[in-house]
Amino acid sequence: MTITEKILALHCGEKKVTPGQFILADVDIALGNDITAPLAIEEVEKLNKKNLPHPEKVVLVSDHFTPNKDKESANQCLVVKKFAKKYAINNYFELGCGGIEHALLPEEGFIYPGELIIGADSHTCTYGALGAFATGVGSTDLAFTMMSGKIWLKVPESMKFIYSGKLREWVTGKDLILYAIGDIGVDGAHYRAMEFRGEAISKLSVDGRLTMCNMAIEAGGKSGIVAPDETTLKYIEQFKIPKSKIKVFESDKDAKYVDIKEYDVGEIEPQVAFPHLPSNTKPVSQAGNVNLDQVVIGSCTNGRLEDLRIAAKILKGKKVHPYLRTIIIPATQKIYLQALKEGLMEIFINAGAVVSPPTCGPCIGGHMGVLAKGEKCLATTNRNFVGRMGDKESEVYLASPAVAAASAVKGKIADPAEVM
Amino acid sequence: MIIKGKAHKFGDNINTDDIIPAIYLVTTAIKELGKHCMEGIDASFPSKVKEGDIIVAGKNFGCGSSREHAPLAIKGCGISLVIAESFARIFYRNCINVGLPIITSQEVCKNINAKDDIEADLLKGEIKNITKNKVFHIDSFPPLLQDIIETGGLIKWYLKGRIFSPKK
Ligand code: SF4
Repeated sequence: MTITEKILALHCGEKKVTPGQFILADVDIALGNDITAPLAIEEVEKLNKKNLPHPEKVVLVSDHFTPNKDKESANQCLVVKKFAKKYAINNYFELGCGGIEHALLPEEGFIYPGELIIGADSHTCTYGALGAFATGVGSTDLAFTMMSGKIWLKVPESMKFIYSGKLREWVTGKDLILYAIGDIGVDGAHYRAMEFRGEAISKLSVDGRLTMCNMAIEAGGKSGIVAPDETTLKYIEQFKIPKSKIKVFESDKDAKYVDIKEYDVGEIEPQVAFPHLPSNTKPVSQAGNVNLDQVVIGSCTNGRLEDLRIAAKILKGKKVHPYLRTIIIPATQKIYLQALKEGLMEIFINAGAVVSPPTCGPCIGGHMGVLAKGEKCLATTNRNFVGRMGDKESEVYLASPAVAAASAVKGKIADPAEVM
Repeated sequence: MIIKGKAHKFGDNINTDDIIPAIYLVTTAIKELGKHCMEGIDASFPSKVKEGDIIVAGKNFGCGSSREHAPLAIKGCGISLVIAESFARIFYRNCINVGLPIITSQEVCKNINAKDDIEADLLKGEIKNITKNKVFHIDSFPPLLQDIIETGGLIKWYLKGRIFSPKK
């Protein structure tokens, strides 16, 4: 069996599961946010439930339209807050206490190897980076899980991605995942579990792995996963999770994969996904002359400490281009504070960038950095669909924080090597 | 359940931002969402839909975010069925859970043009293109999903206690 099959088998009480099988599995953590939770809450409230069987397994984060962008979004957040109070959900993260959900949950110790996590948000797949099975579902699913502790799932086929070799300078987890999506397309891993392995993955930091698994959904994947190793275990040590709870699985030697992709990372340059699909990738050296109006460094894909450190390394002592807005969004309050302590904020502000509080904001064209007609933005986010960050005639280019910072300096898409 | 309506055609990789742009996610009212259905591609779409009409699309329909507002917007504007060559998985499960009928079939999609009159009998697994005078047969859902659909969606399925004796 693959690691994914082993985790699913454990959660439905079977010795073995096979791809294609439908199971009813036990859920360890169920996540909702200010967009998706209200729909789930409506369902639960309609049934006049007095309490939830496991409030401690529910996590609610208001991050999409916070700080509340208008009356309607304020109301959605209020719905979430009232629900958390009424049903004794202690894992409720108010503005100022949390940040972007997929950066927050691994930071708060909710995620560890062997768990089964569902979230009413497509990027829930992020958590596979710590050796858990995690997948995005809808709001009705969230309601069902809150009430029953379970979820229906189809056991996915697995697809293996082996990254061998040594990373070139300025190449990060973001580039590795963009490269794979460019290779297989936006439905290249349709319904599948994407298992990332190889020497380059072993050496990758937890932040880099989270970035990779975050974008599994952009290839149509059901989940992304990195088998737990020393890096994983060392990372979760800080949370003092009882040893008996941590289930370290590894795929068997004879595990079945529908497809195996092998990449030599030494051949991979920093990548840029051109509008309007994450699979529309090019090496940065072939980006040509693309003048930009905005650069965004943040989101659940690339708003972590390592991302801010790379951006600061490039922006230190430089100025961003005068005709370009640079918005930097630490993904959580803890990341913000640490960046402040390390002096990164000073570097950003001196460079002429603006630092936003943790929020999804511009990533979904919500607020705090929406694009005008015809504007071009390079972002470290995960989707560049038509109109994703604002006007239907605006354009979004996806890349790593390194490429984003270099591009902010140049005013056009640029290779970090050019500015350093 | 028999569904009858005209076909509206869309291409590959129609994402959830196309179906319902994020700025409208500040409500959960299905009629309100329906007013903006497909706005990312064609803002006049809701005015073209007659109650009961059908969406026919290419590969990977509903890719992108997990927003259940997408199938709700489609329901809200009067669409009764979506047929696609393939669906993105969260969208697929959202449809099952909220009770928006969907059919996956390359063959059927390739044989329907925009504005064709379609009739679908979901229980029999039969789809008729009345305009072209063709009939297609489709596979039924796996037992667990069929059970959820027949019970009227995931919440009703839960309430009926089916969770303790699910069909495998
Ligand atoms: S940062 Fe963007 S992709 Fe991530 S959870 Fe927020 S809106 Fe979704």
